[in-house]
Amino acid sequence: MAEINRKQADAAIGLEGGPKVAATRRAMLAEFWYYFRQNRGAVLGLVVFTVIVLIAIFAPLLAPYSPSTQIRGALLVPPVWEEGGRWEFILGTDAVGRDLLSRLLYGARFSLFIGLVVVTLSVTVGVCVGLIAGYFRGATDTVIMRLMDIILAFPSLLLALVLVAVLGPGLFNAMIAIALVLQPHFVRLTRAAVMAEKGRDYVTAARVAGAGNLRLMFRTILPNCTAPLIVQATLSFSTAILDAAALGFLGMGAQPPTPEWGTMLAEAREFILRAWWVVTFPGLAILITVLAINLMGDGLRDALDPKLKRS
Amino acid sequence: MKTKLAFAAALLAATAVGGAAHAKTFVYCSEGSPEGFDPGLYTAGTTFDAAAHTVYNRLLEFKPGTTETVPGLAESWEISDDGLQYTFHLRPGVKFQTTDFFTPSRDLNADDVIFSFERQWQEDHPWHGYVSGASWEYFNGMGMPDLIESIEKVDDMTVRFTLKRREAPFLANLAMPFASIVSKEYADQLEADGNMQTLNQQPLGTGPFEFVAYQPDAVIRYRSHEDYWNGQQPIDDLVFAITPDASVRYQKLQAGECHLMPYPNAADVESMKANPDLTVMEQEGLNVAYLAYNSQQPPFDNPQVRKALNMAINEEAIIEAVFQGLASPAKNPIPPTMWSYNEEIEDEPYDPEAARQMLEEAGVTDLSMKVWAMPVSRPYMLNARRAAELIQSDFAEVGVDVEIVTYEWAEYLDRSKEVDRDGAVLLGWTGDNGDPDNFLHTLLGCDAVGGNNRAQWCNEEFDNLVVEAKQLTEQEERAELYRQAQEVFKREAPWATLDHSISVVPMRKEVQGFVQSPLGDFAFEGVDLAE
Amino acid sequence: MLSFVLRRLAVLIPTFIGVSIIAFAFIRILPGDPVMLMSGERVMAPERYEELTRQLGFHRPLAIQYLDYLGGILTGDFGNSLVTRRPVLTEFFTRFPATLELSLCAIILAVAVGVPLGIVAAVKRGSWLDQSIMGAALVGYSMPIFWWGLLLIIFFSGVLQLTPVSGRISLLYYFPPVTGFMLIDSLLSGQEGAFRSALSHLVLPTIVLATIPLAVIARQTRSAMLEVLGEDYVRTARSKGLAPRRVIGLHALRNALIPVITTIGLQVGVLMAGAILTESIFSWPGIGKWMVDSVFRRDYAVVQGGLLLIAGFIMLVNLIVDVLYGLVNPRIRH
Repeated sequence: MAEINRKQADAAIGLEGGPKVAATRRAMLAEFWYYFRQNRGAVLGLVVFTVIVLIAIFAPLLAPYSPSTQIRGALLVPPVWEEGGRWEFILGTDAVGRDLLSRLLYGARFSLFIGLVVVTLSVTVGVCVGLIAGYFRGATDTVIMRLMDIILAFPSLLLALVLVAVLGPGLFNAMIAIALVLQPHFVRLTRAAVMAEKGRDYVTAARVAGAGNLRLMFRTILPNCTAPLIVQATLSFSTAILDAAALGFLGMGAQPPTPEWGTMLAEAREFILRAWWVVTFPGLAILITVLAINLMGDGLRDALDPKLKRS
Repeated sequence: MKTKLAFAAALLAATAVGGAAHAKTFVYCSEGSPEGFDPGLYTAGTTFDAAAHTVYNRLLEFKPGTTETVPGLAESWEISDDGLQYTFHLRPGVKFQTTDFFTPSRDLNADDVIFSFERQWQEDHPWHGYVSGASWEYFNGMGMPDLIESIEKVDDMTVRFTLKRREAPFLANLAMPFASIVSKEYADQLEADGNMQTLNQQPLGTGPFEFVAYQPDAVIRYRSHEDYWNGQQPIDDLVFAITPDASVRYQKLQAGECHLMPYPNAADVESMKANPDLTVMEQEGLNVAYLAYNSQQPPFDNPQVRKALNMAINEEAIIEAVFQGLASPAKNPIPPTMWSYNEEIEDEPYDPEAARQMLEEAGVTDLSMKVWAMPVSRPYMLNARRAAELIQSDFAEVGVDVEIVTYEWAEYLDRSKEVDRDGAVLLGWTGDNGDPDNFLHTLLGCDAVGGNNRAQWCNEEFDNLVVEAKQLTEQEERAELYRQAQEVFKREAPWATLDHSISVVPMRKEVQGFVQSPLGDFAFEGVDLAE
Repeated sequence: MLSFVLRRLAVLIPTFIGVSIIAFAFIRILPGDPVMLMSGERVMAPERYEELTRQLGFHRPLAIQYLDYLGGILTGDFGNSLVTRRPVLTEFFTRFPATLELSLCAIILAVAVGVPLGIVAAVKRGSWLDQSIMGAALVGYSMPIFWWGLLLIIFFSGVLQLTPVSGRISLLYYFPPVTGFMLIDSLLSGQEGAFRSALSHLVLPTIVLATIPLAVIARQTRSAMLEVLGEDYVRTARSKGLAPRRVIGLHALRNALIPVITTIGLQVGVLMAGAILTESIFSWPGIGKWMVDSVFRRDYAVVQGGLLLIAGFIMLVNLIVDVLYGLVNPRIRH
């Protein structure tokens, strides 16, 4: 452990050093990959995740039907291995005759999109706010942290639910709501990391060398706080997918006929006894995606920062 | 399963209620919590089932299974020749319930009746605002304040209502849940104790069941009213098990945890019918779903265009996809279970080819329009979004481009009223009192433009017919006018009439004597369980 | 110690005021006019609309409405539900025991299963046992619990018919609530079979609600144990020849449990979020379901009062955990 910490510290100083930067980065990457590879689960997660990304990108090529095409003669057709199943609908159809497989494939786009947007939003906002709070301290810090405490005082899903009710149900508003409830974690992490790094020699050195506040914040300190942020971002990615699906399930997320997995589950709920497939597959899709991301997250954490292993 | 229930019931008889050796408990898996227990305050059917049809009676009652009115707490009545004075003679010897929380000292009399209406009517009445924000929604919604001139006590057992104008549906209104008769003696005591709120939490009336306890979101318990004027009930205890999820209700029904449930998922009905432990009742509901064009905006001001679009809609497909077949296509704005329904009218055929031609003849090309889809599920339209999608693809077939819009429910209701609204609105109506006036005049009369008349359609011929019908007292004469009005409606086509939903009530085989109400009520007077 | 508690309280009060402002502000900007919703498809006359708006006080300036509301809260008046017209506080407390009972059972299950699993995984580090426990924990951690609940219902209630589908107790048992905890009340009632019935109704919701906390606690316990097992004093104890079981039980576990306790405290918020979904699926008459229903019914007063009460409850629990932690570990008091 100590060894890696020293390496990181070296790397940090190297960043300010100039010519060594590229080489150090390559070394860091190689080291990262070495540790990441050790974790078989993480590699598996990465593979599954890559497949899901590919599915999302190539959904129009892979899906046998459009996700909104209603085949009127084929309502609630069971999966192919069940009695009455048909080869044209491998996973069966839903209540208005839409091919379930096609909807699931397209659904991957929504879930990844949700994760991406939410993480981008909450990281950007959270990191900036956290940098400001940690760097300037004082009253700014107090106000910001109180505000974060207020957000964290509510159960996240409840807050998101009410927020979406305020903004109006829909995928876009659900993403904003989830990003808002997730960003305090980034604020806290960034602030803590900034406070820890601020007193280090290399920061003082940069300040003496005449670096301005902005440069100190973004160029000098931030790159050295990235490890915990990346891990948190991965976790947030899966939380975002889960929360968006939960909101969809409660009728407050993406609205039908969007093939978002949580919304599909909500629509399918009335068929729970009659057509198990419309209930089972969307949930399974959510579970697999989230699991793959969390596996990767574990691997990332172990590889990036052994100190974080405890949480 | 049956044995499980019987065993548990025996256990209950032995341990819980103590005494009654053969306590019969009827469990109804209701769909939601009642808003409260004073039927005058609310509008939801769930509340009426829990309060009005159990604990209370009204002057007139709907004959079970029909929309016909029969004597209730009023044994008889007379209407003056000018049609303005209604004199009701109360049934003698009607007992209020005796419960843990109140023991009545007298029978029903005119004071109770007058109290029940005056508290809703007179703004300075001490009970008018006894709960915060009490709005007496139905009393106002049915236009009673503008209709009633006076209510007087002729003697202890006689009450006279004087109206400001002739209004044929008045009697039917008095059979509605909001007109339930509460005990003035009980109310007086609550007022003296400073507990007025209790009237809405521990109801006491003359009805077949007396209130025992309510646990919010879980269960309501009633006991049979021993001195009920219409005879004691065959069951001893009535339990409402509040179960909002339809598939859960079905599982409970299968498991024998309840005897009867409302509002099954359309998807489950087939398997319910196949289940040997269950009986399934079906009836067309007193409702209609429609797509209302804005008849004041071109090109929808042209009846030819509206008719053409109606012909482009495949109603059967909507019924299949939204109701799994549990609805019937609508051709008139009133449902077939209602008197004066015009059988002779022919529906526009589903014919996209002809529709396209008619549009061309009317000079309409490249039409693009909005279709509004409700954000909520209603009995007459379970999934408006799904229906709108089907209409969208039907209209695309005839070259009409549709954009589906939706708003939050309150906003939807509000915005769809606007006279200059853009687009056709999906909406519907569930009858309140079983009178055709409640559909034809309320939804399509000229007064209602900018309000309930979502088609913004004012047709003089139609309006004259329905206004005249309101003032006659003879049902046959009224029916004739309403039949003519339906012809005008079909010719002008302000709506595409979509469907009347079929209400399905599954129950366990041992349930006897349940009668399905066309008004959508769930009332358990006279219901029994076979041994 | 007292000053520590007071300091924590001093931080809590502005947070609580912030929470109340947020709850209030949210609700005022919710689209969907509650007065309009009262009448549904039936159109209301404009005069009546105005009268009702006035009655409910929605016509006054926002700041006045807020101060009025805050004043009410200080005297324990959270307003009345717009739907049932009953006080929000009364409605909250009739449902709160149901949520509390479910949450307590869930946290007990999560600790009772999660901690031992974590210990086993840590002790047998790297073995197939460790890997399968941690694999299962990760699956649990990634579980969309609303789907998980549906699956359990399909299987245990639908196919096997082992457990009831929803509710808190069979309807055939009736006794007035004493504590509000069905398990205790059913015992107090003395009715035969009532306790069993209450217990069987609790099983599936408890499993669903416990899933995520269980996974988190198992993972946390494992890493805390690993950390402690690597510390010098444990190694010393081992080298002194103490039996491995004793080392784990006596030295390692006690120290490893401190961070685990914090984790458990942090799960309260998770449980409340989980309760929203779990209660919706199992028709459990608690505050989670009450909040969801109220959001859909646009019951402003309930949503705002409920948000505030739930946030207040979580803050209180976190305070207690902080204080407990301060007791166990005096270093953090300063």
